[in-house]
Amino acid sequence: MSSATGILGRKVGMTQVFNEAGLRVGVTVLEVGPCKVLQVKDVENDGYYALQLGFGEKKEKNTSKPLQGHFAKAGAKPAPYVGEIRLAAAAEDKQGEEVTVSIFEGVQKVDVTGTSKGKGFAGTIKRYNFQRQRATHGNSKNHRTLGSLGRHMSINKGVPKGKKMPGHMGNAKVTVQGLKVVKIDPDNHLLLIEGAIPGPNGGFVVVNKSIQEKVRKDKEKRPKY
Amino acid sequence: MSRNKLMQIVESTQLTKGRDVFNIGDTVDIHVKIVEGDKQRIQIFTGTVISMNGHGTNASFTVRRLVGAQGVERVFPLHSPSIDKIEVKRRGRVRRSKLYYLRDRIGKATKVTEKRGLALATSDAPNDDPRGEAVKPVQAPKKPSADA
Repeated sequence: MSSATGILGRKVGMTQVFNEAGLRVGVTVLEVGPCKVLQVKDVENDGYYALQLGFGEKKEKNTSKPLQGHFAKAGAKPAPYVGEIRLAAAAEDKQGEEVTVSIFEGVQKVDVTGTSKGKGFAGTIKRYNFQRQRATHGNSKNHRTLGSLGRHMSINKGVPKGKKMPGHMGNAKVTVQGLKVVKIDPDNHLLLIEGAIPGPNGGFVVVNKSIQEKVRKDKEKRPKY
Repeated sequence: MSRNKLMQIVESTQLTKGRDVFNIGDTVDIHVKIVEGDKQRIQIFTGTVISMNGHGTNASFTVRRLVGAQGVERVFPLHSPSIDKIEVKRRGRVRRSKLYYLRDRIGKATKVTEKRGLALATSDAPNDDPRGEAVKPVQAPKKPSADA
């Protein structure tokens, strides 16, 4: 069994499956792994424990010479997507070994990290769910503006820091925690999870075992007084 | 593998096979599994199929019946595992894909869906038999003067 607590993959799409009660459940289909371990990182050399994984395939001619060497060292084909899975302790896995979806066998919940769809330069209504202003009753050209920036005079010196304003929205790293695992298909390297995940179909994702679940289990292990 | 193929793999596991083939306008018995505590029983919902929607795992159909003078409609997912069996009681002859006009009618007027192949249905009434796994669609002999 691999000591990896996470794996790389891509979002295939959404569909629905029937659960035991016969109800339809919206699920996201993820293709995860098999990922070759490209490098094992440890405290002595790197300052932390991690597994560097590669997912997918790309042509050798599209890979730089230094990276070609890096992949070759692990006996892996060039991968377009390389990422790290942080570990709490030294990894049992060796370079070149494979991590598959079976690491989620018996796991109830996972966290999924992806890159959200870009929305471009967005106003505060779309970006932060601000309210819009009145359409009529004398409102003059202030329908979707953000309103007051705060009090300026004596208390603050200018606009407060972190004030929510229009700007670029989306195309950012987003993690959704505690998603239920519906089904694991090791033959086709598929993982079905309940609900939506960030990013478009085909987007790369990192799937980790749920951190909330881990915290909860650790709490239960603690002696009670 | 392409994304489409992978989706097909997932969705193919969700489709139920061996169900009766039915169409819009047919009168059907839907045998629904109902779980009460740890017991399971079958409830039958009889009515006219007034609409079919979607495809693949998403497919659903609507069955309408009259309880007294009150219309009752139920939407079933076509591939729902909680449907035990679908029995076709009567084939209907309709010219619409959605029979929403039945909603405005009560009593005898809701019976506008005619039997397709009247002779066949009355001769030995094969449609009333509980059907097996394989289903041949009832090939209706053309009525000599249907619209006359």
